[in-house]
Amino acid sequence: MTDPILKARGLVKRYGRVTALDRCDFDLMPGEILAVIGDNGAGKSTLIKAISGAVVPDEGNIWLDGKPVSFSSPIQARDHGIETVYQTLAMSPALSIADNMFMGRELRRPGWRGKVLRQLDRPKMEEIARQKLSDLGLMTIQNINQAVETLSGGQRQGVAVARAAAFGSRVIILDEPTAALGVKESRRVLELILDVKSRGIPIILISHNMPHVFEVADRIHVHRLGRRLCVIDPKNHTMSDAVAYMTGAETPPEVLQPA
Amino acid sequence: MSKTENYEARLSGASSEVASFDEHEKGLFGRLHHLLHTTPALVPLIVLVTAIVIFGLVLGSKFFSPFALTLILQQVQIVGVLAAAQSLIILTAGIDLSVGAIAVLCSVVMGKFTFDYGLPPFIAVVLGLTVGTAIGGLNGWLVSKVKLPPFIVTLGMWQIVLAANYLYSANETIRSQDIEEQAPFLQFLGTTFDIGGARLTLGVVAMVVLVAALAYALRATAWGRHVYAVGDDPEAAELAGVSVHRTLMSVYMLVGFICALAGWVMIGRFGSVSPSATTGVIGNIQAITAVVIGGISLFGGRGSILGAFFGALIVGVFELGLRMAGANPQWTFLLIGVLIIGAVAVDQWIRKVSA
Repeated sequence: MTDPILKARGLVKRYGRVTALDRCDFDLMPGEILAVIGDNGAGKSTLIKAISGAVVPDEGNIWLDGKPVSFSSPIQARDHGIETVYQTLAMSPALSIADNMFMGRELRRPGWRGKVLRQLDRPKMEEIARQKLSDLGLMTIQNINQAVETLSGGQRQGVAVARAAAFGSRVIILDEPTAALGVKESRRVLELILDVKSRGIPIILISHNMPHVFEVADRIHVHRLGRRLCVIDPKNHTMSDAVAYMTGAETPPEVLQPA
Repeated sequence: MSKTENYEARLSGASSEVASFDEHEKGLFGRLHHLLHTTPALVPLIVLVTAIVIFGLVLGSKFFSPFALTLILQQVQIVGVLAAAQSLIILTAGIDLSVGAIAVLCSVVMGKFTFDYGLPPFIAVVLGLTVGTAIGGLNGWLVSKVKLPPFIVTLGMWQIVLAANYLYSANETIRSQDIEEQAPFLQFLGTTFDIGGARLTLGVVAMVVLVAALAYALRATAWGRHVYAVGDDPEAAELAGVSVHRTLMSVYMLVGFICALAGWVMIGRFGSVSPSATTGVIGNIQAITAVVIGGISLFGGRGSILGAFFGALIVGVFELGLRMAGANPQWTFLLIGVLIIGAVAVDQWIRKVSA
């Protein structure tokens, strides 16, 4: 059996008297799409925040590629190749697509113009942005300098996924990527997700949408009461099973993952 | 079950043009809207040119001469520099009521350090600029770390700095002749030179260079993009990897520095160091007026510093033009009031993104 690319053991996070994570384990295998499902308040987002560096767990350890890591900010996680697409997308509406894709990691011109004048290398950033978007099939972009606020919801999501795919070398985390989208746009984003997977980058997908989860996920992490209840294979379980497990209506018969 | 799972299969027949970014025809009006959306400094530029043309036609060569037009530049140099500082703060969705007070205090520091402590004027100017930067840094720390609203921080700082200025200077003016004899360097930015009939001062040059440098930094450097991103949506900027705290601190400190520079420009313009200069009391409102007329959004993240520069010039053109026309000066204020409301109305319209 291959080793997980991202592994967490015994994560605990308390907010006052509420225990959001209760000795939670987590495994992400190389090249897979792992869906994380759970009822509201089950602690999904806290788990994801702990992995993406937005929350520092009180206890527990995280290993990336077998090496122990601890992140105190999303930027540190990013430096390790873990990219997160937040539900809010974290984009500046008034700035352009290229500006947003390179926000916080801008490229400077080579030579004195970059060193002394600190001038941005706009042509190169625009070229890379355009290439990344067309890699993901967002081919028909006319104007990479268009402000993000002029894009539709699906287009924005596409830009956010492209940004993560462009820089996320190890793991990409997608938080509810289809929650705010229409049917057609959701479809497009699901194709984007499969596209990214075909490049060999593992993806963690948080979603409430069972059809979407069952369609793209290789394994499903069911989160309940602050911990991993079980990991199921979507081929051997139905959506009703998954819903029953995550709401506690039924206990999973077998556990795919060794404890 | 299969019915629900397969509902998306119907999509295969639908058009797949979801992510197309094609620009459809919007007509002349739509294109104008788009142009204004991408180049926000255009509106104040149009107003500025129109105002110059109208005053030129009405007043003739009295107004439309190199001398009169460069006189406008001289008259707006202090407000122009303060407006450049104010623009930076407003781009981060803040507001700075202390700009004028910092300028006056720093001019007093420059004068007092030279005349009371016998420091070389150059050192006194450097120390004046340092004091300005430090006050700006304190503003920035209170806004960014203590998380107080910029309006409150700078409202307080305005009073504190202005009072400190009166206490420290005992409200004593340092006379122009004394400065001219003993420390002409303090008046350095007042140095005039003529090109043709145009008369410029180094203070005007400083203002133009400052605006050009800031316009470059905001457009073409990572720092500039971060200023816009922080003003637009600080949480998104933070998640995208921008250090909001560092960006805000750098902006507030730079603004303090620029305000101190305005203090130095003031000495050049007036010749004397005067703690009771009106800039301390109304400099903030003048700067905010220029910024708003210049089309910079008070909600942050939108607008360009060139707009604020044009805004300052528009005020200058109205003041000089109406005075030359012999109008009651109240007309200037009335028209500026109209411009402020008009500018914000245009800003709201531009922000409505066409579908």
